[in-house]
Amino acid sequence: MLTGRQQDNIKLALPKGRLLSATACLLREIGLEFDNYSERTRFYRLQSTVLPNLSAKIFQEKDIPIQVAIGNYDLGICGLDWIEELTAKYPTSALLKITDLEYGKGNLYLAASRYRNTSCLQELSAEQYSWRIVTEYPNLAEASALNLRLRRFRIFPVWGAAEVYPPENADLVLLWSKDESEISAQNLVPLKTLLSTNAFLIANQESWQTKNVSQVVAYFSRGLEMKAKPWLQIKPEPSKSFNSFKPDFNEEKIWLALPDGHQQEPTAEFLNKIGLELQGYSGDRLSRRPRFNLDWINAKVIRPQDMPQQVANGNFDLAITGKDWLFDHLYRFPSSPVTQLAELGFGQVKVVAVVSQELPAGNIDQLKQIQAGKLSPLRIASEYINIADKYLRDNHVSRYKLIPTWGASEAFLPEDADLLIENTQTGKTLAKHNLRIMDTLFQSTACLIGNKNSLESPLKEEKMTSLVQIFRQAARTN
Amino acid sequence: MAKVFEIMTSRKCKGARDLLPKDTEVFRYIEDVFRKACINWGYQEVRTPTLEYLYLFTAAGTLTPNMLSKVYSFLDWDGWSGERVVMRPDGTIPVARLYVENLAQQQIARLFYITNVFVFEETGKENRERWQGGVEFIGSDKPASDVELILLATEILRNLDIRNIEIQLSHAGVLKALLKELKLNPDEETKLMDQIFDGDWQVLTKTELGNSNTGKLLALLLDLRGKSSSFLENLKALPQIPVSLKSALDNFAEIAGLLDALNCNYQIDITSTRGFEYYTGLCFQFSAKGTRLGSGGRYDNLIPLIGGKNTPACGFALYIDPLLSLVQPKAKQKVEQRILVKCEKMTPEAIKTSFQSAESLRQAGYVAEIDFSGRQSDRRWIIAVQEKPPLFLVTDQSRNLTREVSSIADVINMIGGSV
Repeated sequence: MLTGRQQDNIKLALPKGRLLSATACLLREIGLEFDNYSERTRFYRLQSTVLPNLSAKIFQEKDIPIQVAIGNYDLGICGLDWIEELTAKYPTSALLKITDLEYGKGNLYLAASRYRNTSCLQELSAEQYSWRIVTEYPNLAEASALNLRLRRFRIFPVWGAAEVYPPENADLVLLWSKDESEISAQNLVPLKTLLSTNAFLIANQESWQTKNVSQVVAYFSRGLEMKAKPWLQIKPEPSKSFNSFKPDFNEEKIWLALPDGHQQEPTAEFLNKIGLELQGYSGDRLSRRPRFNLDWINAKVIRPQDMPQQVANGNFDLAITGKDWLFDHLYRFPSSPVTQLAELGFGQVKVVAVVSQELPAGNIDQLKQIQAGKLSPLRIASEYINIADKYLRDNHVSRYKLIPTWGASEAFLPEDADLLIENTQTGKTLAKHNLRIMDTLFQSTACLIGNKNSLESPLKEEKMTSLVQIFRQAARTN
Repeated sequence: MAKVFEIMTSRKCKGARDLLPKDTEVFRYIEDVFRKACINWGYQEVRTPTLEYLYLFTAAGTLTPNMLSKVYSFLDWDGWSGERVVMRPDGTIPVARLYVENLAQQQIARLFYITNVFVFEETGKENRERWQGGVEFIGSDKPASDVELILLATEILRNLDIRNIEIQLSHAGVLKALLKELKLNPDEETKLMDQIFDGDWQVLTKTELGNSNTGKLLALLLDLRGKSSSFLENLKALPQIPVSLKSALDNFAEIAGLLDALNCNYQIDITSTRGFEYYTGLCFQFSAKGTRLGSGGRYDNLIPLIGGKNTPACGFALYIDPLLSLVQPKAKQKVEQRILVKCEKMTPEAIKTSFQSAESLRQAGYVAEIDFSGRQSDRRWIIAVQEKPPLFLVTDQSRNLTREVSSIADVINMIGGSV
């Protein structure tokens, strides 16, 4: 460099999930490879194999625009959908879209179920009805509901599986999809395409103005000029679940929400043991609507994180989730009609407060003392935003910033957060990432939750009571 | 460490403002003038809650999407149903709701209020919490009612000693009828309307609308400024004026004519409407030396839109924030005598005497402040409480005189006798 000044250290945020394979391929082809950036990696921190001043960290895609906007990372790669989701609510975010990387193509659709007669947008604003919109993009959903002049609407932000909710448990869904055929396969009708999305290279505004990131950007520019672009050919893995059904609006049936992810297997086992037979809830191809041997139960498979709110608003009568998610909900909405009906005994985890090994804080008071000497507020990363908030309030931490995360929270310590509220089974994963448990907040297990009002509803009371009875008995013997 | 402390101690939120004693004095004065005028015109004061449901403001014809993108909305503690609440972004809509829910049996409701409204302003350099004095005249569709509001608002501004008040008139009915003539599809029309009500008049010249006959008429109307009802009569006589505009123009001309008869000066400027899309008829705005001080208009569709019966209404709001820097409170008619009661010995007896004598002074109409710290004071009268008789040492600082007095009655006599 002409100025002879030292090369700036550059930090890049790389995506997990949907974009990972194509991004890894792009980086390899343009000669900007990172060791261990693959689907199977157990590492979060990566070092460039060519540029000694370039390091990277792996995040959930949704976290990347936030991490870049607040300046923890200079550059990042993520889909345009998550960039727009951030700027829809925070238009002044210090985020620059540097270049369109052309892969990860898809669209954000506002869609309705094909079993509902909502086929055009005008109908939406004309009706007095309170529309239930389910989405992973609550900010974009709110902005478009306002722009569409919906008179009344409720947005249910979910962690995933948004497509499963309509038509019985939601009216509209705002979701990302490769194309319209993928939407139709979910029995949805697109009403409006909100946005076409590709992967983008983004930069923090301040970094762009003050740091020399040209060397890194040049690699990407070269890639875009290449004739063969094998990364464009990489398709994300097809979904392992399917969602074929006949809708059921029968108000006397009991709606039960079952968890996907880690909780799926033990839940299936448990149900099997208590004699509730299910089709499509085990094996490789997960049905989003498994069928019970009892025809008065309707089941859907959704994320355990989303269950308390879904039960609270009456979209489901019962759900199997973790105590952790129930608490997170009740701390935010103390008058919620959701209640725990049975502890099921499996899925035992501890919810803990975690710090870096290097931080000499044995408890929260010591952490507060260390923090008192600093100018910046304490940064707490957590998936459990309301549990974390309560923990800090209860401990009189006077100035703190909550960083909501969507998984992989342990990657945040120590650079991007000081404290983590996280669940752990054995603590081994935490130890492997050089982290230490500072405090245990509570023990969590799988539990059956229900809506108090449906327990009292004359249409459902009897069935609910007998079902809860079966669960309770089984839990006692488990 | 000191720096840490500085940062940690309560720093004001961005876009928030403290009102210091001298600001609050002006604020109160404006409120008093406003309230007095409203009451004298037969209006009754109401208050609405700070929190309302968001859906009250989302229907087309209430707030534009651009304004809705700046509201403070969130989930309440029982917001698990997903229903959002909002910190009052506007004064009129909550009062319309209050009327629908509580006063709908009254044919005429004359209501006023002093309230804060919350609007997110990106830079944080301007107030996000704004105060306004609002007046709503519900139940009358008479042009004279629009005139009543303009006269009331001008009277308040005059009472506040604001000079060179300018009134600009526009008419949402004329504007909406004109836009209808463009024959856009409902989507385009709503979008255009939203932009116009957000103050973006340029959008009309940018589009290809300019070539059509209506487009030309629109351009003409936007450019013209009138100063009397004759201007509107001239417009009505133009050959290219479509029939659909007639009733709105008639209404506009009638109001303007009434104002002419009352010698109330105004300017007609179609582009002066802005901000709200609930207006249906006359819109007006008040300014002085280029500062907008208030605005209002007729909103005949709002009450049915939020669930009430068909009820015509109109109203206005005066903006207290810009008025704060323009208004000088009139010197108080009666300068209060401020007296300092000094309690030098911290014995129960001396403290008791101090409180009792301060109370007697207050009952006699003075402002009595008690001092336990022995500080210097610029008050004219200082009464030092003694432990033993004579109980009081009374100092008149203006004459540098101190005298011993044995009872509070004598003290009051002495102070009273000297005024």
